[in-house]
This record gives sequence, structure tokens and C-alpha cells, in this order.
Amino acid sequence: MDTLPESNGKTPTLQINGLTKYFGGLRAVHGFELTINPGDLAGLIGPNGAGKTTVFNMITGLYIPTNGDIIFQGADLAGQEPFEITRSGIGRTFQNIRLFPNLTVLDNVRIAYHPRAGYNMFDTIFRTGRYKAKEKELTERAQDFLAIFKLENIQNEIAKNLPYGEQRRVEIARALACEPRLLLLDEPAAGMNPREIVQLMDLIAFIRDRFDLTILLIEHQMRVVMGICEFITVMDFGEVIARGTPREIQDNPKVIEAYLGKGAAHVA
Amino acid sequence: MELGFLVISIVKIFIILAAIYGLLWALGHPRLWVKLAGIVVVFGVVQLALSISVGGSMIMNDFDKGLLFQAATMAMVGLGLNLIYGFNGQFSLGQWGFYGIGAYAAADITYRWVNGDASGLLVLGIGVLLAGVMILWIGRFIRKYRDIPVLSQFTLYLLGTLATGFIALLIGTAIASGINPMIKTAESIGPLAQGLPLQIVFFLSIIFAGIFAAEISFLFGLPVLTLGSDYFGIATLGFTIVVNVLMVNTDTILPFPEMRGGRGMIGIPKLTTWFWAFFFLLAVIIIMRNVIHSTTGRTIMSVREDETASRAMGIDVAGTKLLAFVIGSLFAGLGGGVYAHYIGFLSPGTFDFLAAFNPLIIVVFGGLGSMTGTIAAAFGWTFFLEGLLRVFLGQMGTEAPSWRFVFYPISLLLLMLLRPQGLLGSIEWGFLKPEIIRPRLKPEAVAVGSSVDDRQGVK
Repeated sequence: MDTLPESNGKTPTLQINGLTKYFGGLRAVHGFELTINPGDLAGLIGPNGAGKTTVFNMITGLYIPTNGDIIFQGADLAGQEPFEITRSGIGRTFQNIRLFPNLTVLDNVRIAYHPRAGYNMFDTIFRTGRYKAKEKELTERAQDFLAIFKLENIQNEIAKNLPYGEQRRVEIARALACEPRLLLLDEPAAGMNPREIVQLMDLIAFIRDRFDLTILLIEHQMRVVMGICEFITVMDFGEVIARGTPREIQDNPKVIEAYLGKGAAHVA
Repeated sequence: MELGFLVISIVKIFIILAAIYGLLWALGHPRLWVKLAGIVVVFGVVQLALSISVGGSMIMNDFDKGLLFQAATMAMVGLGLNLIYGFNGQFSLGQWGFYGIGAYAAADITYRWVNGDASGLLVLGIGVLLAGVMILWIGRFIRKYRDIPVLSQFTLYLLGTLATGFIALLIGTAIASGINPMIKTAESIGPLAQGLPLQIVFFLSIIFAGIFAAEISFLFGLPVLTLGSDYFGIATLGFTIVVNVLMVNTDTILPFPEMRGGRGMIGIPKLTTWFWAFFFLLAVIIIMRNVIHSTTGRTIMSVREDETASRAMGIDVAGTKLLAFVIGSLFAGLGGGVYAHYIGFLSPGTFDFLAAFNPLIIVVFGGLGSMTGTIAAAFGWTFFLEGLLRVFLGQMGTEAPSWRFVFYPISLLLLMLLRPQGLLGSIEWGFLKPEIIRPRLKPEAVAVGSSVDDRQGVK
């Protein structure tokens, strides 16, 4: 059960070895290992405080690991700034939605195009032809992007005024506008009603095919994880306690114990 | 002074504000000739008011003229601070320090020039240009060798700029000794100290003063911007105080006897005309608007909105903060240069840290994140506090004008209670408005359907 999946010769999209993080004396993550191959839709689950989001924050560079390495498409991410990691192809969403609340939906997405805007400060100040051409191109790309998510009619709305489900879609759209190879979704279904969750599952499956993505998902809602993930890693108290397909995970006594407490495994 | 005078003053204020907003409207017009006509008309109308005499005095007398220039200066400083605080979210009290640096730097250049010494222009000019190149070069070096801590970066930049400053001092003084006789000899003023050459020197002095302030803000901002917002505010307050103390001691601990320390610098040539004040104000407004409505401006705002999310979008948060801070300080430096040359006298008292709150008040009053509001507030603040109240209260006795510092805070209190988002919130007008982007109605997008129900999920 506790073996890594075979990489069948290809370079894995993401490979994490012995990842450890201490906050002072608190051991948040210890010896975390994970391999994700191109095109995978992997899940990361575990009870509250298991260290899932800490792993995400280390992958995206917001936290510096105490130990261990994170290798993305063959390149070590150690010492890279968060914005450099994003530019190298890792996009993410946040557990509590982090849109730019006072900006419009379109601007939220256009910001993601900043590293690829293609014009410099000189063009900006003097409004050169290149500014106009590139800005138009960028805006149209952002609008086409919103159209894919059927958000084009609310492009001029202020982000904070949107309903929760749409905010989540804008956030996913914005993360995808960074043109990532690997997308990290941190509890995308949090706070959603069952109908929205079904739509979200469709959306995740859709973007994976449409953008040829590799996805790593943190989720609490078992129906989401079990419904769409192909491979699941379970964490508890900062350590990996189980890996496997949804089927295997459901029957794993350690997982049931972690979620429901000792003794529950016998009942189940 | 009677009621009629007061009414006329108020009318003049409104005409000027209306002219500025008419200009913003004209600049926002798609046709080029409307924009140019707007610039010429607004410039011309005010220029005529300054030069046509009615009944023994100009339509806009010297008092009004002083207010006008002061308002234009404050608008530049305020726009810079709005970029830092309103758009980028960094609470800064350092704007006043950069304003002072710009004022003293520009004043020193022209003061030395009219007194037959080209070294001010040459040393500062060569210095800021070399330092700019040096900063860009060190920046490239730092990006190449990763993982250099911010304080080490700061040390590298500081050493680099000090070295270029020293080189500039050597080169500048050497060249200056050759030029000096052409500016002024013991008997007569040379050709370079009057007319067009003097105007060019004046223009360069303001540009160099602005760049000088921007480069100092870069060096100061690099380590300090890593602090959280409140701590950054305290640090910038400290900066303003340091600058003020240095001004008091320009002739003792700094080698600038012509600045005369706490007694104040006198004899600065009064070269600021309405043309120059208008030119620099317009330049600042246009640059500010072009930056805000660009991808850089959007990143500046995204950093204000959410730093963590900005990082996850691939935005260099530290670099963006520094950029906003440097551009804001550049505007303050330009404003300082314009101010020094209309007032003709610089005193450290003007750049006291208590006065550092003035631009902050203007920005908050006009609305954080509203360029239109800042311009309105800068003009309104100057005319209201310095003009109207001083004239109005002046009629009640010699000490009465002090009461304006009672009325003015009360008006601030009322505004904050009644309209905490500032006069204009984040509303923009005319030229300063963001471009309205309509949804693209591509055939396939229409075909997919756009009803509310369809938007709910993507299949």
C-alpha cells in the first residue's frame, strides 16, 4: 500500500521526496513523498490539521521546507520565489477564495497574463503601438478565456459582488490563465451545495481535458475525491498514512481510523 | 477686502477646477485635435488670467498665482502618494521627505548656475544618470546570482551608487571649471545664465531632482518595503524626520553652505511659470494614468488587494511595491522642484514631519485609488486652507487666520464621518477612466448561450 506508483519511464510532473516542515517545535509535515505523472488527477486528503495545505504552500514556495526536495518537471524548486514557481508552470487556488476583491472579473484574469504581457515600462508610459497591440491581444485572450468558463457576461462585475460558486469559477479561471502545467486545487468544493459540487466536478474534468493538465486536489468532500481522483494520498499528523486508488482507500483501516477515530475501523 | 473679493476668489477657484476637469474630459476624447485643443485652451485661459490686468491688478493676482502653483505641486505629490498608498496599499509618510529632497536638489542646481557654478547641474546630472545605469546593472547581476538576501542587495546598490556619485563628483567638477566662465564672470552675466539656456537648465534641474528622489527612494525602499504595512509607515515617517534634520544642518554636517541650514535657502531663481507648472502637472497626470491602466498598474492594484494571491499569479510582489514607491517618489521630487522655483525660498520648516501628513490628507480626502479625487482635493485643499480661510479670516484680525487650523480639522472629521471612502471613492473622470471593455460577441460564444441558467455550469 505504501509504495509510490511506477513512473513508467517518463519524467514525473511533480516529485516530492522527504518533505518536512517544522513551525518552531510543531511538526506540520514529516517525510512527505509524492509522485505525480503527466495527466494525473491526484487527490490529497486527510483530517483537519493533517498538513495538506502546508504541503501546497511548500510546493508553491509560500513556505520554505525545513527539509526535502520538490522537483517539478525535472527542476528543483528550492530557493525559488513563489512568483517564479508560478511562472515555471504551477498554478493554484486557495482554500478560502482569494480573488482580488475590488477589481473586475476581467482584471482578475488579466493580472494572470502579466508575466507574458509582452510590453515594457517604456511602452506603458508612452502608450506605444506595441502597448496597444499587446494590451488588445491580452484582453481578448482573457475574454476568450472567460467565455470558456461562461463568465464573459460578468466580466465587468466587481469580484467581491459575485456569488460564491462564481467566485470559485473565476479563481479557477484565473489560475488557469497563468497557463500552468500542474494545477493545485485547495478544497475547491468547500462551502458549496451539492448541486454546485456536481458542477465543480464536471468543471474539473473539463479543464483537465481542455488544457491537458495535471491536477493535484485537496478535498474534504469524499464524493468529490472518490468521484474524480484516480490516485489518492492520505495524510494524518503530517505523515502519509495511505496511498492508492479510491477503492483501496475506502477500505483502508488506517484511513477510517484517522477520519472516524480508533475502534471505528472494527465497526466498519 | 470685502465680501465681493471673497466671492470673486471662490469663483476663480471653481473656474480653475472646471478648467482642469474640462482638460481631463478633452484628453479623454478619442480625437487628437480635441486633446490638443483642450491643452491649449486650458493653458491659454489661465495664462491670460495671469497676464490681463483689470483695474490695476491681474485677473489672477500674485496671491492667486501662488495658490495655483502650490495646488499644482500638491497635485503632483498627491498623485505620487496615491500610487503608493491608494493603489499599492503601502501606508507612507515618506512622500514629504522626497518632496523636500526634490526641492532642495533642484534649487541647488539653479542657484549654483545663476551664481556662475555649473557643478550642481553636472554633478547631480551625471550622478543620477550613472547611478541609474549602475542600479540597472546591479539588478541584472542580482537576478543572475540568486539567493542574495535583501540587505546584501541593499549594500551592493548602496556601494554602487556611492561609487557612481564619487565618479560624478570628480567628472562634474572638472567639466564645470571649463564651463563656469561662460555662465558668469565677475563683470557680467554670461549667455548661459539667461534666456533659453537658463530655461533648459531649469527643466533639467527638475528632471534630475525627480530622478534623484526616485533613486533615493529605491535605496530606502529596498530594505524597508519588506516590512509590514504599519512598520513601513513608521519607517517612512523616520525617513522624513531624517531628511528634515539633514536640511536643518545642510551648512554644518553637509557641505552645502548655500542652503544655509535652518535659516533657509534664499536666492533661488523664481523660474516656475504657469507653462512649467502646467507642463509638469500634465506630464505627471498622463504618466500616472498610463501606468495605472496597464498591466503594471493592474499588478500594483493586485498587490494591494491580496499579496499571497498575487504571488500565486506569478507577480513579483516585492518588485511591484518598489516600483510603485519609486514612481511615487519621482512625482514627489518633480513637485518639489516646481515648488522650489516658484517660492524662491526653502526653509526646513516647510518639510517638517507634521506637514508630511498634508499629502496623506489630500489623498484620503480625494479618495484612495482615485486620481481624479486627488487632483480635486489638491486644488480644493490649497484654495480652501491657504486661500479662502486665510483671506476670510484675515479680515477679522491679524491672529484670526490661525483659526483655519481649527476649521480645517473639523471639516476633515466631518468628511471622514460622512464619507469615509473620500470625496470620490475610486471614481475616475474623463481621461482617467479605465477603458470600458465590452464583452466580445464572437459567433460561438453567442451560440453557446448566455442566459443566467446556462452560466451556472460548464459541461
